[in-house]
Amino acid sequence: MQKFSLILGLFCWVNYGIAQPKLTVPLQLPSGFKSTIVANDFGKVRHIAVHSNGDIYMKLDKLVNGKGIIRLRDANKDGVMEDTLAFGNYTGTGIGIHNGYLYATSDQTIYRYPLDANQNIVNPDQPEILVDGLLNKRQHASKSITFDRQGHIYVNIGAPSNVCQEQDRQKGSPGLTPCPILENAGGIWQFSTTKLNQSFSDGVRYATGMRNALGIDWNNEVNELYVTIHGRDMLYQYFPEMYNQKTGAELPSETFYRVKQGDDCGWPYVHWDHFQNKKILNPEYGGDGKKEGAPNAISPLVGFPGHMAPNALLIYKGNQFPERYKHGAFIAFHGSWNRSPEPQEGFYVVFVPMKNGQPTGKWEVFADGFSGMSPVTNLSAAKHRPTGLAEGADGALYVSDDKAGHVWKIIYKP
Amino acid sequence: MRFKKHCILYCLSMLLGFLVSAQSKTLSESKRLANGKKVYSMYCLACHQADGNGVPRLNPPLAGTDYVTGSKTRLIDIVLYGLTEPLEINDEVYNNPMASHAFLSDQQVADVLSYIRNSFGNKAGMIAATEVKKQRNRQPKK
Ligand code: HEC
Repeated sequence: MQKFSLILGLFCWVNYGIAQPKLTVPLQLPSGFKSTIVANDFGKVRHIAVHSNGDIYMKLDKLVNGKGIIRLRDANKDGVMEDTLAFGNYTGTGIGIHNGYLYATSDQTIYRYPLDANQNIVNPDQPEILVDGLLNKRQHASKSITFDRQGHIYVNIGAPSNVCQEQDRQKGSPGLTPCPILENAGGIWQFSTTKLNQSFSDGVRYATGMRNALGIDWNNEVNELYVTIHGRDMLYQYFPEMYNQKTGAELPSETFYRVKQGDDCGWPYVHWDHFQNKKILNPEYGGDGKKEGAPNAISPLVGFPGHMAPNALLIYKGNQFPERYKHGAFIAFHGSWNRSPEPQEGFYVVFVPMKNGQPTGKWEVFADGFSGMSPVTNLSAAKHRPTGLAEGADGALYVSDDKAGHVWKIIYKP
Repeated sequence: MRFKKHCILYCLSMLLGFLVSAQSKTLSESKRLANGKKVYSMYCLACHQADGNGVPRLNPPLAGTDYVTGSKTRLIDIVLYGLTEPLEINDEVYNNPMASHAFLSDQQVADVLSYIRNSFGNKAGMIAATEVKKQRNRQPKK
């Protein structure tokens, strides 16, 4: 009896904390890779960051007990993240660790927290403000961030619009030329990390013509910025005379770009079409599904099937995975909604092999099975939706999910 | 006697007329719901989804919300004039705007709203085209 209650007690203990691993939803991975769930049920976990000691920081887009950031730590080094620290009273998406600071974003502010020599946050309740006053009009307001090695932070300021129509998302409303949104959104802005309390006007518009570049990472191999962008919605619904249910589900492409300072990716005037391999003029700007446009805009490295929502990008720096993964790109696809009534697509992590900053082969699905079903006919039934990516110091890949709030750790162990 | 016969005939014809009109009323109701489903598939389904459960963080559900089953005028206004103020529905907020769908005819709006009020587990009264017309003709609230 005593033995039984001991076992029962152990069982309850293991199931008690929300940070305890629970074995659900195994992922399909290439051979030699293994996944474990290192966090579960934290709700809307958006982007994540992993510190050199293995601490995981999760940015929540819905407060849990009044807190918007959670740090998980395996203090006793038994493989379970049992130590939970919650802080930050704001929701948001972006998070990253750089040069002794934890950075986190709400939809209008970039905060940061000094980390001490023991990798603890010096004052969790009093973050510094790096930049305040970034455009937040709810739509595409998530502020993803990354860093170069020259002391800059890059932030995505998504366009609060589908395709810069006079009346947003209204069938028949014409597109605006020039699109006024591009002055303070629809691109990537660069700020200094050495000056506190900056405002929007202290930043530099680094690149433009991006509807919502939710995936953003700096590629150290070639010292350049890379982004993944969410393409426009509603081609079929607004223009059934040019697109049908199938082509409207496949188009426009979701895109992956290499971006130099001053580049323009063409939104809102054009979308990428991965069947024609062209920048196609949007119908709101006089397009007919074939006419090209925006001759000065750059083309993407890869065009993916439509609406899959590339929410995170990570250029792999580590040595744990086999050689072909080094300097390649992992992209977390949140999973579509704008393909209805066709089945939804995405809900997986993709890999693009790259060398010298350019793709060397076709993209492939790397981690699948997050939705827990195939095909996904009902978005509301999908169990998990990949949203964030992070790399551990040991080269492990972490994937977060903002549906149930899980984090997976993927290792290579043949 | 004659009068009585007339009366019976009259009553019978009344009854018949009533039956026919009741029949045609439910017929037209189901026709209106079918038409509403068509409008829904073309203009609402992309955002609110086939099961009416919406898209987390972006587009709210239509299943089991007071906006759908409650006030008719508020519901008609949402479709005619759109919404940009954040709504909190079942403890969640949604970040997309809802565009005005004033390009739909009064009958289409009435049918699609009747359809969503009687789908996804919802049960509420039909909305008539005249009710939509009334909302369309008044000045939109500022
Ligand atoms: C472009 C996406 C989109 C389309 C198309 C759309 N809606 Fe909406 N709808 C929304 C969003 C987003 C909201 C919430 C707006 C807010 O919070 O300000 C909303 C809110 C609503 C609401 C009130 C909130 C609720 O969930 O009960 C109703 C009712 C509604 N929509 C019905 C419709 C109907 C009927 C149609 C088709 C005629 C339609 N919508 C088309 C996005 C859309």
